[in-house]
Amino acid sequence: MKIKRIGVAAIALAAAGALTLSGCTSGGADPSAPAGDATAVITTNGSEPQNPLIPTNTNEVGGGKILDAIFAGLVYYDAKGAAHNDVAESIETDDAQNYTIKLKADQKFTNGEPVTANSFVDAWNYGADTANEQLSQYFFESIDGFSYEESVPELPGLEVVDDTTFTVKLKQPESDFPLRLGYSAFYPLPESAFEDLAAFGESPVGNGAYMLDGEDAWKHNEKIDLVVNPDYDGPRKAVNGGLDIIFYASQDAAYADLQGGNLDVLDAIPDSALATFEDEFGDRAITQAAAIFQSFTIPARLPHFSGEEGNLRRQAISMAINRDEITDVIFAGTRTPAHDFTSPVIDGYSEEIPGSEVLDYNPEEAKKLWAQADAIAPWDGTFKIAYNADGGHQAWVDAVANGLKNDLGIDAAGDPYPTFAEARTKITDRTIQTAFRSGWQADYPALFNFLGPLYGTGAGSNDGDYSNPEVDTLLKEGLAETDIAAANEKFQAAQEILFQDLPAVPLWYSTVNGAWSEVVNDVEFGWNSVPLYYQITKSE
Amino acid sequence: MAGYILRRLLQAIPVLLGTTFLIYFMVFAMPGDPIVALFGDKTPPPQVIEALRERYHLDQPFIVQYFIFLGNIFKGDLGVSFSGQPVSEILMATFPVTLRLAAMAVFFEMVAGISIGLISGLRKGGIFDASALVVSLILISLPIFVLAFVMQWFFGIYLGWFRTTVGPGAPTQDLILPAIVLATISFAQIVRLTRASVIDTDGQDFVRTAASKGLTRGRIVPVHILRNSLIPVVTYLAVDFGTLMVGATVTEGIFNVPGVGRTLYQAIIRGEGPTVVSFVTIMVLIYLVVNLLVDLLYAVLDPRIRYAK
Repeated sequence: MKIKRIGVAAIALAAAGALTLSGCTSGGADPSAPAGDATAVITTNGSEPQNPLIPTNTNEVGGGKILDAIFAGLVYYDAKGAAHNDVAESIETDDAQNYTIKLKADQKFTNGEPVTANSFVDAWNYGADTANEQLSQYFFESIDGFSYEESVPELPGLEVVDDTTFTVKLKQPESDFPLRLGYSAFYPLPESAFEDLAAFGESPVGNGAYMLDGEDAWKHNEKIDLVVNPDYDGPRKAVNGGLDIIFYASQDAAYADLQGGNLDVLDAIPDSALATFEDEFGDRAITQAAAIFQSFTIPARLPHFSGEEGNLRRQAISMAINRDEITDVIFAGTRTPAHDFTSPVIDGYSEEIPGSEVLDYNPEEAKKLWAQADAIAPWDGTFKIAYNADGGHQAWVDAVANGLKNDLGIDAAGDPYPTFAEARTKITDRTIQTAFRSGWQADYPALFNFLGPLYGTGAGSNDGDYSNPEVDTLLKEGLAETDIAAANEKFQAAQEILFQDLPAVPLWYSTVNGAWSEVVNDVEFGWNSVPLYYQITKSE
Repeated sequence: MAGYILRRLLQAIPVLLGTTFLIYFMVFAMPGDPIVALFGDKTPPPQVIEALRERYHLDQPFIVQYFIFLGNIFKGDLGVSFSGQPVSEILMATFPVTLRLAAMAVFFEMVAGISIGLISGLRKGGIFDASALVVSLILISLPIFVLAFVMQWFFGIYLGWFRTTVGPGAPTQDLILPAIVLATISFAQIVRLTRASVIDTDGQDFVRTAASKGLTRGRIVPVHILRNSLIPVVTYLAVDFGTLMVGATVTEGIFNVPGVGRTLYQAIIRGEGPTVVSFVTIMVLIYLVVNLLVDLLYAVLDPRIRYAK
């Protein structure tokens, strides 16, 4: 796995400031892996996709897991979250705004069509066009000419140079653009897809390590059968014979199947088994941090939470939360206390950012800060944290509220909404008048993805309407850096300010819990908590 | 008879309209915007939300939505799920599975429940009757998910006799275990019901007459006692079948049965209005038909019951 880290370092070393995601084609399966049965089919858990299987219209894990298996993007992510070239031969830029993307020659879709520059450009244009109402449309918003207001069938920022070369012009420099290209929204589509996208969504044709096992491989609400794509010759070449993704309505059923020997790999352990699965599966069990950050947001529009007073109160509240105890007692170790605003699986993550001590439990300091805030304007009322009652949040919200009661001596309580939909509606239309639970699951492994969309002024998911010009400047500067290490320095500097302002109070990172059966080997979970299926071997 | 059936079918129309309206109202009245929820913790651009709302008619007032839905139903169009699959197709795929599961469960509970209930009733107060009482009381008081998990663990994982969950295509042998779980709860009721009914019938005059006529016990029990004791049991079985037909959500979830209950549950969670309402509409229809059949069955079992005009 070390070699993959070099892939990232190479970016920094690239001569003349050119950003090159140098190919690391030897990645993927460990070549020294014990030979499994190359025809054995891996069975794993999944869920019925909530949308047709069109890359730009899939934004949930059920469909994403399938798309990642049957498509190959320009880059792919290894277990550490680092990006390496897959279909791309090279991705180059001088200014982080104009990119030249060259594809490897002679790549094919499973229907025989060649993978060309047009396969990407046409697919992206389709996904970006407002008229097509694609769920992942926002991924294209930084490409020149993109608009939410009017239909743009062909983005001026995308230009095909020849069969294997195209250029991308962004609205502004965004150095992490290449890191996004492994996400499913950026997958290519064959020309035939556009003839009948509804039919395509039912039986998609990809260019990835796997392909659908025939026309009706997707048995709705039951499973989807994938076989190895013999034409795929990229870094994620499958070493097993295929993948059967079985759709479960409950994690308990999936876990019972793993115990009963009907399932090879499980990437979600039900709550009822969290305390026991590690004993039961031993070294076939895994607990690993996920790219999911959880927090609660205190909007500045709430009384007592603006300006100097607001910052003091936010810091006091943060220091009155005993994250270690809550993750340990309530979550049985399935959450890891937060040390920043991102996630440990992201390249560039650090626990040592100045100011992060505000996340340590410190009741004395908390009391002091709260008293200072009271000196500015005395506190009255109840501090409430809104959450959706259908998501298992009550326990921790109550624990946090009790902590605030005990350590700050104020009234604090949870404020449950019956459904996720209701809570989110209140949050997005800004009618909520309390603090509220928030969270972020990364779309692609980059620090900026945890910061820009959430804390940039006017950003799409900035539900607390946070605005700090210094943060905006640092984020912008970071995006303009073509060197990832330099960019990450800027992002960390932005986090230093976030630790003072605390637009969201970081709580913890989710972990992924998984287990697998005795017949499979080389199971590794990717940065996005999905097992790297292509490298799993099975002997039977 | 034909007139009676026709009348019953006509009565079904307002019932159907009323229930769909209520269900539609409840789905609509669920607080929150399912479109916003589709995006998880991320906030989509307002234009995207608007476009999606329009596609699912969520931007229209409730009553307009309801009539669009009703009009489509009469055209045979039950709507489309969020994944783009026609709801009618989902129904076609899930109902046969649930139907088989329900039929198996009813078969198990009928065979076991009636025979044990009959023996208990005939040997009232005996050791068999007493132990049947204890067992059925235990089963009645067990929540179904406890039973399901215990059976799944014992027969599926520990003994390995059955697959732990139902495999793809829901083969009949995989459905045996969930069917037994489903049957167990009603089985206890049927034992109690049959027993009481048999005791009651056994004391009737016509049974004594039959005995004094010199008929053997082997003829009296099946022809005179059992047949006359079956009316309450058949009513119960039919209603139970109706309940099972519309999906045993918990059991289907635990055994991952790709049937109606599991699908409906997921649709509710996702706020997929069209799927929920169409499923429930079909369920109401099934309920109505099953109840009609039960009423007609009375006449077959007991010629004294007649449906005049």
